[in-house]
Amino acid sequence: MSTRERGAQARLVSASARPADLLIRGAHVLDPRSAIDGAHDVLVRDGEIAAIGVPGTIEAPDGCELLDGAGRHLFPAFVDPHVHLRTPGQEHKEDLETGTRSAAAGGYCAIVAMPNTAPVVDSPPILGALLDGAAREARIPVGFSACITQQMAGRELTEMAELRALGAACFTDDGRPVVDAGVMRRALQYQRLCGGVLALHEEDPTLSGEGAMHEGAVSALLGIAGIPSVSESTMVARDCALALYEGGRIHVQHLSARESVEVVAAAKAAGVAVTCEASPHHLTMLDEDVRELDTRRKMNPPLREAADRDALIEGLRSGAIDCIATDHAPHARDEKEVPFERAPMGTTGLETAFAAVYTDLVLPGTLTLRLVVEKLTAGMGCIDLLVPRIAVGEAANLVFVDLGAEWVVGEAGYESRSENCAFAGRRLRGRVLLTVAAGAVAYRERSIMLSAA
Amino acid sequence: MKHLLSIADLTREDIERILDRAAAFEEVSDRDIKKVPALRGRTVLNLFYEASTRTRSSFELAAKRLSADVVNFAASGSSVEKGESLKDTVLTLSAHSPDAIVVRTPHAGAAALVAGWTTAAVINAGDGKREHPTQALLDVHTLRRKLGSLEGRNIWIVGDVAHSRVARSNVLAFRMMGAHVTICGPPTLIPRGIEALGCEVRYDLDDLREADVVYALRMQHERMDQHFVPSLREYAARYQINGRRLGPCQVLMHPGPVNRGVELSGEVVDSPQAVITMQVKSGVVVRMAVLYEVLAGARDEHPAPRAQARQLA
Repeated sequence: MSTRERGAQARLVSASARPADLLIRGAHVLDPRSAIDGAHDVLVRDGEIAAIGVPGTIEAPDGCELLDGAGRHLFPAFVDPHVHLRTPGQEHKEDLETGTRSAAAGGYCAIVAMPNTAPVVDSPPILGALLDGAAREARIPVGFSACITQQMAGRELTEMAELRALGAACFTDDGRPVVDAGVMRRALQYQRLCGGVLALHEEDPTLSGEGAMHEGAVSALLGIAGIPSVSESTMVARDCALALYEGGRIHVQHLSARESVEVVAAAKAAGVAVTCEASPHHLTMLDEDVRELDTRRKMNPPLREAADRDALIEGLRSGAIDCIATDHAPHARDEKEVPFERAPMGTTGLETAFAAVYTDLVLPGTLTLRLVVEKLTAGMGCIDLLVPRIAVGEAANLVFVDLGAEWVVGEAGYESRSENCAFAGRRLRGRVLLTVAAGAVAYRERSIMLSAA
Repeated sequence: MKHLLSIADLTREDIERILDRAAAFEEVSDRDIKKVPALRGRTVLNLFYEASTRTRSSFELAAKRLSADVVNFAASGSSVEKGESLKDTVLTLSAHSPDAIVVRTPHAGAAALVAGWTTAAVINAGDGKREHPTQALLDVHTLRRKLGSLEGRNIWIVGDVAHSRVARSNVLAFRMMGAHVTICGPPTLIPRGIEALGCEVRYDLDDLREADVVYALRMQHERMDQHFVPSLREYAARYQINGRRLGPCQVLMHPGPVNRGVELSGEVVDSPQAVITMQVKSGVVVRMAVLYEVLAGARDEHPAPRAQARQLA
């Protein structure tokens, strides 16, 4: 079991795995937080980055696996502060093993699970059981968030101090907003005692109502009730104001609307301790893509208009948006094989995040590869957890990628237990070949054979 | 044409072909024995997930007048209430090999889903608040009979557009037939972005005089619980089509059932301008034409199974 502690006692837990011994020769190494951006040899010994050198200068020690990196890229592995592992209670959608396997296949070395399970994670025994389960089943380190309010009902606070002491990664009622401003304020006050970032699903239910997709021309055409952009941005504004007043620390989840980006940018300028995330699907798809009523593209917040997507992209550039997070939300096939308005919200995303963003934003020149890697590795930093680096002495958290490889999403199935992927059928560029998480090989693409030196 | 799911799937030529056939079927409805053997031996399944007497019986009559066998499946009192999913219900009913399934559900896009799960032809009899294509066709048919052509005509659709599948299908169909469409209603019941359908939006009846056709929508009482309008009294004061507002040369339409005293005053319902019963009558012949189109018309486009087998051999 690997445990990482920072600040209070947030824990990232995985099953024990053999530390890797690897030499990756001549890959283009890119770490956006250092000067490294070019071909290097990278040696991993006993799970740690032991040496970084000019290509061809590092010899492979005995028993060390050798990988030819020519024409391939090596990044710090990705992290995701917003994933649904559906455990406990909904293991038919995902469990700790399948969810972390899916993450590893997407190039992730650490993720944080959301607490909207059945039962919800609102008490220390449930959190404890999850941490124990992860120590047996998780392929990569997982952190578990706990609810802000009991039963996620938005009324009384959970025992946040005890949950935090046990290792809660952060606090969130994700899936639902904390509707009551008074409760939100109390949580921000209590945060001074227990620490732990409040990660917020921002939605005013009196505005979103029965909405099933973005409110605009497409929803008008389809006769489907809309979720207006302002149902998100007004709540973001409210919580930024409360966080400023109480000196609290918040992380806004899955920003989708132009107005929300503007609110966060203004709040940051005003000194609010706020970070935020955007998802690959909101960065690459529009409400137009819902026209055929594919339930895999039904999520909350919904896919919005071009102006919203463009504002999110600009937010990544300007720094208003801190990270890319998937909101990986698995659902069983029969749960999604229903009319659009009846279908549950959510798309899987871990296995497609990098390739989708690379294909749709980096290849056309909209964003640089460096910025995308930075945003895919920044998410856990937003909640004061792991920021992976490629540097000698660091634990190996690496993703080895073939940017030229083309693949069709879903054609070879998924590692996730669920297949409700909004990108299904899309031809994407950029394939994860190998993932090293917390020093151990967590995923290996079929074409990467073992080749001991 | 394999299915009728949306007006957007049709061309103007498709609509004209279907309605010309409907006109031919009108003669059948005037006979003593109102039956032709066009669809003898075919099975039509009515699958209704929402209460509907008018549309369902109109489809039933249409199928019977074409000598098809009709099975009615209502969701209440059935396996649906025991928790069966739409897909499982469709798979189960498809095992009886119906030739056509007429489906109404409270959810947008459900008819298209059904079409993916069965080999039968699927006719959308209303999917949520999205579309009701046979209503639009029968309305166009009624107007063609009343006015000759819709080309260049001004049609006002008045009322609760947000919750109306009739409004959406009719805007599409009227526009396709060359009419200029204006929708009008309280701002709380006009969906944001509806202009994308190609219609104009007004919030008052001040210019109603410019309309050749006034199409009033049903104001559903259950909307009152959600407070979309302050009161039916105020709604009627602002939007009711009455003798004062309706011009002598304007055609008045309504999909039924009418709330007298709300969206329409009693006097206009009974006025010579109203074609409401003509719409009901058109419903049967248009649905006969639609059933014929998807069941018999399709034979012309697709080779019979035996012919395909021969090609493969």
